[in-house]
Amino acid sequence: MGRRPPLPLFSISLLGVEDAVLEGIAQTLAWLTPLELSEDETNTVQLVLAEALNNVVEHALAGTGGQTTVEIRGHHGASGLDLCIVDKGIAMPDGVVPRLPAPDVTVDVADLPDGGFGWFLIHTLAQDVTYVRRGKHNYLTLRLAVAL
Amino acid sequence: MELTSSTERGVQIVTVQEQRIDAAAALAFKDRVRDVTEGGQDTVLLDLNHVVFIDSNGLGAIVASMKILSPKRRLVLAGLTPAVDKVFRLTRMDSVFGVFATVEAALNELRE
Repeated sequence: MGRRPPLPLFSISLLGVEDAVLEGIAQTLAWLTPLELSEDETNTVQLVLAEALNNVVEHALAGTGGQTTVEIRGHHGASGLDLCIVDKGIAMPDGVVPRLPAPDVTVDVADLPDGGFGWFLIHTLAQDVTYVRRGKHNYLTLRLAVAL
Repeated sequence: MELTSSTERGVQIVTVQEQRIDAAAALAFKDRVRDVTEGGQDTVLLDLNHVVFIDSNGLGAIVASMKILSPKRRLVLAGLTPAVDKVFRLTRMDSVFGVFATVEAALNELRE
């Protein structure tokens, strides 16, 4: 394999509504084309971005009706793909990244969880997941071990 | 959310004719599954071979569909593409559903 040309820093802005999430993911994947991600790596990027962006539009920006934008910043380096998602919504409860355990699948069907998988998937697929509130902005940063 | 339904060998086969079951589609998916399976066979086989992406909301909607059918009826899955399979494996939900490679494999296996 030859040396991969460095991926320039990128920044994508999308409207803070559910319907814009798909387009935000598509634009990010377009930026990542030079990395020649495998199918599995592409799935990982898509899934983590979907979960993170859904959280922003469903919680941080709930009820704002697309009056603000969400920014996806990215950079690829020796340790993988660093992503930062910035929004101007309400702060994360308790000011920390939720850390939910794996869903309990040993229970009866009637008691199976049908939600709460999002943060579990993010923590399972990403490293160094951190959250900070600075001024009126939320910053969620994470790293994906892709195109190494 | 387009779903099609047919019955073969006593199993209702519900095929998802969409590429994604994500946050934007999850609620419509759950409602459509409930509608098309009403009064149908005891075993519902959900064919996901056209679906190339699900997120946690999509997974939640599939689990919710199974809960609606239970305890008298069951929901099994076929045709998981790699991205869909990944979500089921990571959350261990693959251990909760019967998961088959194809509709044909499922029908052969389910026939008693």
